[in-house]
Amino acid sequence: MRSRARALTLVTGLLVLALVPVVAALAHQPFYLDLFRRMMIFAIAAVSLDLILGFGGMVSFGHAAYLGIGAYAVAIPAFYGIDSGFVQWPLAVVLSGLIALAIGAVSLRTSGVSFIMITLAFAQMLYYLGISINAWGADDGMRLARRSQFAGPVDLANGYVFYYVVLGLLVALLGLGHRLVHARFGVVVRAAKSNESRMRAIGFSTFRYKLAAFAIAGAVGGLAGALLTNQTEYLTPSYMHWTRSGDIMVMVILGGMGTLYGPVLGAFAFLLLEDILSAWTVHWQIVLGPLLVLVVLYARRGLYGLLPGAGGRIG
Amino acid sequence: MACCPAPVDALAEPLLAVRGLTKRFGGLVATDDVTLDVAEGETVAIIGPNGAGKTTLIGQLSGDLIPDAGTIRFAGDDVTRMAAPARSQRGLARSFQITSIFPEFTALDNVALAVQAHAGHSFRFWTPARAERALREPARATLERVGLGRRADVPAGTLAHGEQRQLEIAMALATRPRLLLLDEPVAGMGVDESQRMVQLLRALRGRHTIVLVEHDMDVVWALADRIAVMVYGRVIASGTPEAIRGNAEVRRAYLGEEVVA
Repeated sequence: MRSRARALTLVTGLLVLALVPVVAALAHQPFYLDLFRRMMIFAIAAVSLDLILGFGGMVSFGHAAYLGIGAYAVAIPAFYGIDSGFVQWPLAVVLSGLIALAIGAVSLRTSGVSFIMITLAFAQMLYYLGISINAWGADDGMRLARRSQFAGPVDLANGYVFYYVVLGLLVALLGLGHRLVHARFGVVVRAAKSNESRMRAIGFSTFRYKLAAFAIAGAVGGLAGALLTNQTEYLTPSYMHWTRSGDIMVMVILGGMGTLYGPVLGAFAFLLLEDILSAWTVHWQIVLGPLLVLVVLYARRGLYGLLPGAGGRIG
Repeated sequence: MACCPAPVDALAEPLLAVRGLTKRFGGLVATDDVTLDVAEGETVAIIGPNGAGKTTLIGQLSGDLIPDAGTIRFAGDDVTRMAAPARSQRGLARSFQITSIFPEFTALDNVALAVQAHAGHSFRFWTPARAERALREPARATLERVGLGRRADVPAGTLAHGEQRQLEIAMALATRPRLLLLDEPVAGMGVDESQRMVQLLRALRGRHTIVLVEHDMDVVWALADRIAVMVYGRVIASGTPEAIRGNAEVRRAYLGEEVVA
């Protein structure tokens, strides 16, 4: 029963996302295409953070750094005339993965508050690096002349095509994530969160697995950054600002830490709230704050836990 | 096979050879020049009053603590500075004084993890671990062995205290250890649970080499081939249970009336 309800919920969600462009086109409201694409891009970022935050217990407060690296990996080649997405996107993924590997190799030697602070510090270093490089727009950022170029019908200049590319990537990420968290690797990462000293006692060198998870999360964060700069057609170092890291973390907590679909819901809820409430007031977070408190206090698995069929499952 | 003890060779060095082991915490000398040999197949109990340094000794043997002085040789190799996971890979398994399990995972998952730790690397991203028979079957067999077969699919956190301690033994056994370090295996147990645990450990005796820290003297008398008595970080006596019973210094320092009774 429970798994049927869950499957139904998932299929419904996927259908809604697949139909958004149709509805937006029929209603002559291209704005919704834009909004939902943006929500899915942040969903990708939030899922990647949850891999380490929720599943691995690594409270990284610098995840926006990878968003930024991914964005720069698109915008800088574009600035020099290389606008092939076949170059930009793999570069974004590999570069942010490698930088995450380096940051993780240092940060994971600490834990608790130190870990939070050191990941924050690394992200801020990259942010200040970004605002200080005049050639690449410094704190003004720079326009992206064209979205990443792919072959054949995959033309991101067409907002509908871009939408379905993002949707495809999100679905692929959730599929791969599902395999990963249940495979040996995911079990090790989750168990290390549950009881690290026990893991070491039964013979696991947990560091290498946590570091790999950290790098994978960074790489996927980089992909989200590449998508984001295509979405806005603009690069700004503010993608790396610490408040952005905070936003992504809020999405994860709101949606349900340690679940796959929770962060997707969290990203959607966060950006919808922002969109609706900021029409009334710039202080829209006055509503978000109490909501977050309620979720943390009363919904152990966030919004995801409230879905039919979710139960204790991680997705 | 759950365990594969090497052939006993009287001329070979003992499985575990501890020499001059010293660990200080600030001004406190928690273990003070401890020397201890454990032969293959033997069950050695370490007893002593609270604060005698027993758990600190276990910590140094398992690799959670690095000694300030002295050496630990295990199966012919110097492991004094080796990290805990590497020692586990060489066949040293420990249980904790305070129950240490993965409470959100099922009992079977807990044991399967211990099997997984010794079944190659875990950089596998595709096959669900729960579908790997090479992990599940040995885990299930080990759970049966400690008497938890019917509790396999229960979340470990909801098991009774005694069952959780049995689960810890199962996790240790699943790593196919050459030496079991058991830190107070019956701590906090009721009489029935305690008796069940002693039965379980009796069944392991001889087939496994065991170093046991224990307060409950009934358990010690029931299991130990040899007893080492620690007081203030030092081993003040070591010998067969009969010799320890008769040792005047031990009676004064630790056993008191308990032995006479």
